[in-house]
Amino acid sequence: MSFKDKILSSFIALENEVDTETYAHQLRNEALASFEELGIPQRKEEAYKYTSLKSLFNKDYSLFPKKESAIEYGDIKPYLIHQIDAYRVIFIDGIYSSHLSETTHDKFDVCLMSSALNNPKYSPVIEAYYNKLAPKDGLTSLNTAFAREGAYISIGKNTAVEKPIEVVYFSTGNESTLMTQPRNLVVVGENSQVQIIERHQSLSDNQVLTNSVTEIFADKRAMVDYYKIQNDHLNASLIDHTSVEQKSDSEVRLHTFSFGGALTRNNLNFYQRGEHCNSILNGVTIIEGKQHVDHSTLVHHTAPNCESYQQYKQIFDDKAVGVFNGKVLVDKIAQKINAFQQNNNILVSDKATINAKPQLEIFADDVRCSHGCTIGQLDEDALFYMQSRGIGKKEARALLMFAFANSVLESVKIPEIKSRITKLIAKKLGVEIGFDL
Amino acid sequence: MSKYTEEELEKELQNKEYEYGFYTDIKSDTIPIGLSEDVIRIISAKKNEPQWMLDWRLQAYRVFIEMEEPDWANVNYEKPDLQAISYYSAPNSKPKYDSLDEVDPELLETFKKLGISIDEQKKLAGVAMDIVVDSVSVATTFKKTLAEKGIIFCPISEAIQEHPELVKKYLGTIIPQSDNYYAALNSAVFSDGSFCYIPKGVKCPMELSTYFRINEGGTGQFERTLVIADEGSYVSYLEGCTAPSRDENQLHAACVELIALDDAEIKYSTVQNWYPGNAEGKGGVFNFVTKRGLCENNAKISWTQVETGSAVTWKYPSCVLKGDNSVGEFYSIAVTNNFQQADTGTKMVHLGKNTKSTIISKGISAGKSQNSYRGLVKINSRATNARNFSQCDSLLMGNECGAHTFPYIENSNSTSKVEHEATTSKIGEDQIFYCNQRGIDTEKAIALIVNGFSKEVLNKLPMEFAVEAQKLLEISLEGSVG
Repeated sequence: MSFKDKILSSFIALENEVDTETYAHQLRNEALASFEELGIPQRKEEAYKYTSLKSLFNKDYSLFPKKESAIEYGDIKPYLIHQIDAYRVIFIDGIYSSHLSETTHDKFDVCLMSSALNNPKYSPVIEAYYNKLAPKDGLTSLNTAFAREGAYISIGKNTAVEKPIEVVYFSTGNESTLMTQPRNLVVVGENSQVQIIERHQSLSDNQVLTNSVTEIFADKRAMVDYYKIQNDHLNASLIDHTSVEQKSDSEVRLHTFSFGGALTRNNLNFYQRGEHCNSILNGVTIIEGKQHVDHSTLVHHTAPNCESYQQYKQIFDDKAVGVFNGKVLVDKIAQKINAFQQNNNILVSDKATINAKPQLEIFADDVRCSHGCTIGQLDEDALFYMQSRGIGKKEARALLMFAFANSVLESVKIPEIKSRITKLIAKKLGVEIGFDL
Repeated sequence: MSKYTEEELEKELQNKEYEYGFYTDIKSDTIPIGLSEDVIRIISAKKNEPQWMLDWRLQAYRVFIEMEEPDWANVNYEKPDLQAISYYSAPNSKPKYDSLDEVDPELLETFKKLGISIDEQKKLAGVAMDIVVDSVSVATTFKKTLAEKGIIFCPISEAIQEHPELVKKYLGTIIPQSDNYYAALNSAVFSDGSFCYIPKGVKCPMELSTYFRINEGGTGQFERTLVIADEGSYVSYLEGCTAPSRDENQLHAACVELIALDDAEIKYSTVQNWYPGNAEGKGGVFNFVTKRGLCENNAKISWTQVETGSAVTWKYPSCVLKGDNSVGEFYSIAVTNNFQQADTGTKMVHLGKNTKSTIISKGISAGKSQNSYRGLVKINSRATNARNFSQCDSLLMGNECGAHTFPYIENSNSTSKVEHEATTSKIGEDQIFYCNQRGIDTEKAIALIVNGFSKEVLNKLPMEFAVEAQKLLEISLEGSVG
C-alpha cells in the first residue's frame, strides 16, 4: 500500500474517533483533499532540491499509537530542563500525559489542542488563528488532516508568564515505526511575554517520523522567546513547520539547536505585519555520521521600519549533510528595513557537504539588507597556539568550535538552557570541558 | 570621463531612447520563417557545410524538439514563437571581401553610425574585428597580421571549411547540444559566429573583437563563438551587440565556448546593448545566452560583462575549473531600467585542486525593472584547497523595481574556503546632497555614484570598452532619478 493510500484509509479510521461536526474537522477534510493533490514534496521542487524525503516515506508507519504506556517522571527527567520550575505539557506517543504535565487555566491557558479544538469556549480563538498561518503545502496539509493533539497556549493582554513553558513530545517505541503529527498554537496578546521550550524525543531506537506544525501569533508589543532543542536518536526524523506572525512593535526570538536525529528539516517562516517588528532567528547545528539537517527560513517584511536578524552557525563532520536555504523578502511598501542574514559553516571532514542558498528578494529601495555566507575550516594557527600551551588537540578543536557557535548561545536568555546546550555541545564534540572558562 | 562635457551628455540624452536604434536598408537574403529539419538543411547547404556538420546540427535539433522551454528564471515574458522567426538572414552582397573598399558602402555607413570605424580601429586601436550582422560575418580585419603569428581568427563558417579538425575536436565539448533548450536550438540553427585559435605559447598581440548586430526584422540571431587558447597562450576577446528598435521582440540565443588549455589565459569581455524595448516595455531583444569556459591545469578564464540592453536577459557565463590551480573570474554589471528584466550570474564548478574563483556582481535596477543575480559555486570533494569569493551588490533606484539574489553554494570539501556576501542598498540622499552642494546636478551625481559603485568591474574592462561602458551606464539610467 502506498503512503498516500495508507493516509486515505487512516483518515476514515480517524473520523470514527473524532467529533466530525467541528470547525477543526471541516479543516481536516479540506486539508486531506489538498494533501491528495499536493502529496509529499519531491526533490524536483526548488524548496526540497537538497533534501530527499523519499527514504522517510517508504516505511509503513503506524499513525495511531497505542495508549500511553507506563512512563514515569524518572524516565523523562533527563530530557527536561528540570532545574527550574516550568509549566509542562508532556505527550507520550502523541497522547497527552496528565500525570507528567503541569498545565494552567489561571489567567492564561496553557493546555491541550484537543480540548481547544472541541470545547466551544475556545472556538473564537481557534476560528481566528488555527491554520491561518501555516503554509498550505503537502506536509502541513497532512498535519492539519490528522491534527488532534498538541500544545495550546493562549496568553491574554498585559500578561507576563512568570515561568517558561516546556512542550515535550516523547515516543516510547511501542510501535516499531511511528509517525506523529503534533500541532501547536501559540497566541500571545498585546504587551504580553512568554518563553517556550519545544523538544521532540524518542525513548527507544525505533523509527519515528514527526511532522510537526506550530503557529505563533505575537500581537502588538508582545515578546516571544522560543527554543527548539533537537537532539533525538539517530533513527528519529523531524519535519518541523513553524510560522510566526508579528504585529507592530513585537519581538520574536527563535533559537534552533540541532544536534540529533537522522533527518531534520526546519521550515521557519516569519511574517511581519506591523511596523517596528523585530525578528531574531538563530541556530546552531553540530552533526556527524549520516545526519542531515536542513534549515529553510523565510522572513517576509510587509511593513516599514522593521528589523530581522538571522544567524546560523553549523559544523559538519563525517558524512553529514547540511542545507541552509534562507530567504528575505521585502515588499514594496516595506521601506527602512534592516535585514541581516548570516550563515557560517565549518566542514570538518572531506565527506561532509553543505549546500547553502541565501536569497534576497527586495522590492523596496530604501532598505539595508545584507547577507553573508562562509564555508571554511578551523584556524590552524589558533589550534597550534593552543597546543603549544598544553591544550590537547581534541580540546583545542572543541574550544574553537564552541567559540564559533558561542555568538548564538550568548543570546539565549534562560541560563539553564544555555548550560544545557553547552553540555550538549561538549558531548557532541567528545570532550569533557565545561566551556565556562 | 574627463573630456565628457555637459553638452555632450545633453546631446546624448536627446537620443537616449536608444541611439543604435536605426535600421539599415541592406538587401538581405532571408529564408522563410519557421523551424524544421528542412530549414536546418537549407542553412547548412547555404553555408556549404560538410556532412558531419549537418549531422551535428540535426542531432541537436532532435534533442531540441524533445525539450521544453525552461521557466525557472525570475523573468516574465511571452515565450517567443519559434515558428515565426526566420533562422537565416544574410546581408545580400558579395560573400567575401578582400579589402574594405569592396564592402557595401551602406554597410560601412552602418558601422560609422555604430561608432565602429573599421579604418580607424585598424590604425589606432589595433583591434582585430569580426563583424556579424544578422547572422553572418561580414568583415574580419587584421587577418593577415594575426596569421603571421599563427592565430586563426575568422568566422566559424570559414573555420568549418578550413580548419575542420579543430572545430570537430572542440565544438560542443563545453556546451553539449543537449545542454539546455536554447543551447540546443543554437546548435541546430547557428548561422555564423567567430572562431579563434591561439597556438601554443602565443600571446595575441591585439584585442580580438566581435561585433554583433541584428538588422533584419523578424529574424533571430543565433551565433556560435568558439575560442581555443592552446597551451601557454593568451588572448583578450571583446564582444559588442546592438539591434534596431522594433516593436516586436527579437530573439538572440548565442553560445560561447571557451577552452583554455594548460597555462593559457582567456579574457572575455562583453558589452551587451541590445535594444531594451521602449519606455512602455514594448519590443526589445530576448537575450538567452549560454556561455561557458573550461580551464585545464594552471589556466585562467575571466569573464567581464556590462549588461545594459535587452528586454529579457538570461545569461550565466560559467567556468569549469577542471585543471589543478586553474582560476575563474566573473565581473559583471547588470543595469535594468523601465521594464527590463535580467536574470544573470555565473557558475563556478571547482573540480581540480587549488582552484580559485572570484565573483563580483553589481546589479543596478531602476524604473519598473527586475534584476536578479543567480549563481552557483560548486566545490567537488576532490577539489582540495579550493577557494571562492563572491560579492553581489545591488543598487535600487525608485520603489517600483526589484533586486533579487539567488546564490547556490554546494560544498563537499573540508579544505575549501567559500565566502559569499551580498548587500542591497540605494543611493544615499546625503551622497546626492553632497554632490549638489558642489555644483553637480542630480543627474550627473547619480552617474558619478553609479560609476563608483561599478568601478571594480569597469576596471577589468579593456580601455576602449571601459569608456563606452561608462557612457552606456549613464544613458541607460537617464530619467530614473526617483
